[in-house]
Amino acid sequence: MALLQISEPGLSAAPHQHRLAVGIDLGTTNSLVATVRNGISVVLNDDAGIALLPSVVRYLAEGAAQVGVAAQAVQSVDPQNTIVSVKRFMGRGLKDVGEVVDLPYRFVDSPGMLQLRTVAGVKSPVEVSAEILKVLRDRAERSLGGDLVGAVITVPAYFDDAQRQATKDAAKLAGLNVLRLLNEPTAAAIAYGLDNAAEGVYAVYDLGGGTFDISILRLSKGVFEVLATNGDSALGGDDFDQRIYCWILENAELSQLSANDTRLLLTYARAAKEQLTDHAQTQITAVLSGDKVVNVTLTREDFYAMTQNLLARTMQPTRRALRDAGLSGDDIKGVVMVGGSTRMPQVQRAVQEFFKQTPLTNLDPDKVVALGAAIQANVLAGNRSADDWLLLDVIPLSLGIETMGGLTEKIIPRNTTIPSARAQEFTTYKDGQTAMSIHVVQGERELVVDCRSLAKFELRGIPAMVAGSARIRVTYQVDADGLLSVSAREMTSGVESAVTIKPSYGLSEGDITRMLQDGNQYARDDMQARALREQQTEAGQLLEAVENALQQDGATLLDTASQTRIRSSMDALHNVLNGNDHLAIKRAVEALNQATVSFAQARMDQSVSHALKGHNMSELEN
Amino acid sequence: MNINTDNFQQDFFQLFELQPRFAIDVAALDQRFRDLQSQVHPDKFSHLSESEQRLSMQWSTRINEGYQTLRSPLARGRYLLSLQGVDTQEETNTAMPLDFLMQQMEWREALQEAIEAKNVDALDGLSDNNRRETKLLQQQLGVQIDESHDMLAAAGSVRKLRFLEKLAEEISSAYDELDS
Repeated sequence: MALLQISEPGLSAAPHQHRLAVGIDLGTTNSLVATVRNGISVVLNDDAGIALLPSVVRYLAEGAAQVGVAAQAVQSVDPQNTIVSVKRFMGRGLKDVGEVVDLPYRFVDSPGMLQLRTVAGVKSPVEVSAEILKVLRDRAERSLGGDLVGAVITVPAYFDDAQRQATKDAAKLAGLNVLRLLNEPTAAAIAYGLDNAAEGVYAVYDLGGGTFDISILRLSKGVFEVLATNGDSALGGDDFDQRIYCWILENAELSQLSANDTRLLLTYARAAKEQLTDHAQTQITAVLSGDKVVNVTLTREDFYAMTQNLLARTMQPTRRALRDAGLSGDDIKGVVMVGGSTRMPQVQRAVQEFFKQTPLTNLDPDKVVALGAAIQANVLAGNRSADDWLLLDVIPLSLGIETMGGLTEKIIPRNTTIPSARAQEFTTYKDGQTAMSIHVVQGERELVVDCRSLAKFELRGIPAMVAGSARIRVTYQVDADGLLSVSAREMTSGVESAVTIKPSYGLSEGDITRMLQDGNQYARDDMQARALREQQTEAGQLLEAVENALQQDGATLLDTASQTRIRSSMDALHNVLNGNDHLAIKRAVEALNQATVSFAQARMDQSVSHALKGHNMSELEN
Repeated sequence: MNINTDNFQQDFFQLFELQPRFAIDVAALDQRFRDLQSQVHPDKFSHLSESEQRLSMQWSTRINEGYQTLRSPLARGRYLLSLQGVDTQEETNTAMPLDFLMQQMEWREALQEAIEAKNVDALDGLSDNNRRETKLLQQQLGVQIDESHDMLAAAGSVRKLRFLEKLAEEISSAYDELDS
């Protein structure tokens, strides 16, 4: 293997350009975009110099959307068309969303995911989120001066498959190439870990606007290993606002408010919450419709008392995560605070009491997730940084299958490191049974009805046999984004049939394509131009990757004929690369991918061999 | 796509360069796991070709599976037996020594009582007992596999350990239940 020393990272024959990649924190209350510039992770501001984009989208009658501060400013004037905290609806049906009665929206129930009726038509939470992501993408492309290679989008660790899939769909709809869905606490740990060179077991306590996550991570020599995660995907700062809102209703003796008044009071409730971070009491004064005046004073003590059980609700998942990790509070070296809601003094006090130590708050809790996501995006885009590290994340909830009697059989238990695959065999229940219904569920409960249903499909063509003699092998594969695909295969008597499904919610691949085309965001020409540029970028990256691979390992791993074959596929791609036929480029990319399959296998095999021999092979994978 | 290369067909002990024994150097296993994942994890391939990305997911999945198998004493014992062609019959063979069954029934009753009485201390006690018994059985399993090479006895210990593992899972959900 003497040849391996020839090329070093960053010194390949065709030195690549810095690839533009960003990390996006798509938050319940605010969203941010960050990137790594000159080796340092920075948050990108808008033209007014503001980093936080309020996650508020207002639809206008002609179909356009206003996003951010402009939308936020009119939320109490136009509450039904101004969507706030849309993240709470991602991948959720109407029955999943609690307290909808207090929200001023016109909900439309639809299978899988609820929708919202606006002046611009019925919108799915995926479309609303895509509006936010588009603004951030535009901000990044203008600020960085080029097209993005891709983005890392963060999700709460406790998001289930439906919520993750919805987030990925939203990114696609916004024209973003998703490099990875990254768990928010893990992103925060990256930002902290790299800044502080931390080693040991850490807890990340992440209380955002609408979600709560707790993750226990072991940091050791550049490896971030998530040991356990838990949380509540319907608990956050919004609930604290809601408590104040209810308190105002009670104290001002109000009932039956209009949508506008509800939104107005919720806005005042949020302001009061923020005031109480620095003040012992705050006055809430509002003028409602019909000139009804509300004037009440809320003290910190009252606020603490009315939110105590919300804090208790964060401690249950915390204890569970510690139990799953086989640890106690004493084993935790540091507690990282993430999310704007951790600014509330009572939250910090509760965490301090639980872990018996002062939590870490030296990074801005609103920005830390985006900063960490940007660092990971930079690595995934292939801009290698000197300090190499590895993230090993887990699935937050068990994945199972429905068996006889409506019971759940767990196939992959929660907190299993991903990617992961498990197979299990099932059999028929009746003589001559030729089809089997497979119901995929997620959750910890024993009864299927208490778990979340992810997908249902049928395996047909099972040869007729006596009950119990067919062997149906069901395989669950979870990828590095935490997304599941399932296949089933009948294995007896040579008859095999397989079905592979990817759970999908509300939007199909075709829906996304159609929405992209319908979008008034781009004229049709722009779409074409964009597709061409994206295809060229991808092709350029592939050529560069294969060229590097050939230079490193071509001579040792391939015979001359194979090298020639790959070279000629590369030439073919080169020939069409600068033309304007994006389909021709796509075909040539596919051909080159095909031509390099066995080379890729040989390289992977070599990497594994070298890892075993204890060599540092980072020079292999440029 | 099938992977036919030599490394992929190695058993987990070969993959992690360990002797196929019950007693293993856990620190070495942890270290190898990290070294291997550092080479094959999908995060290292996200900017490379499709075939490399797919292979990386397959490899990374396999290394996770291997690590989880070898890291857990029960799974490791079961795996060692399967390498020798011994079926542990955990689903089919329910014949257990009477004293073991009696103790299991007692503990399960105690678990139910603890849940009904919402008695966390009782759960703690039960959990400690179960852990102690598990440790003893694991030591026994190690001797059976590594020293006396009594694979039938070892399969019996695996079956007992599976009982204890199930009980541990039930204790864990009981904690969750009492907590909510």
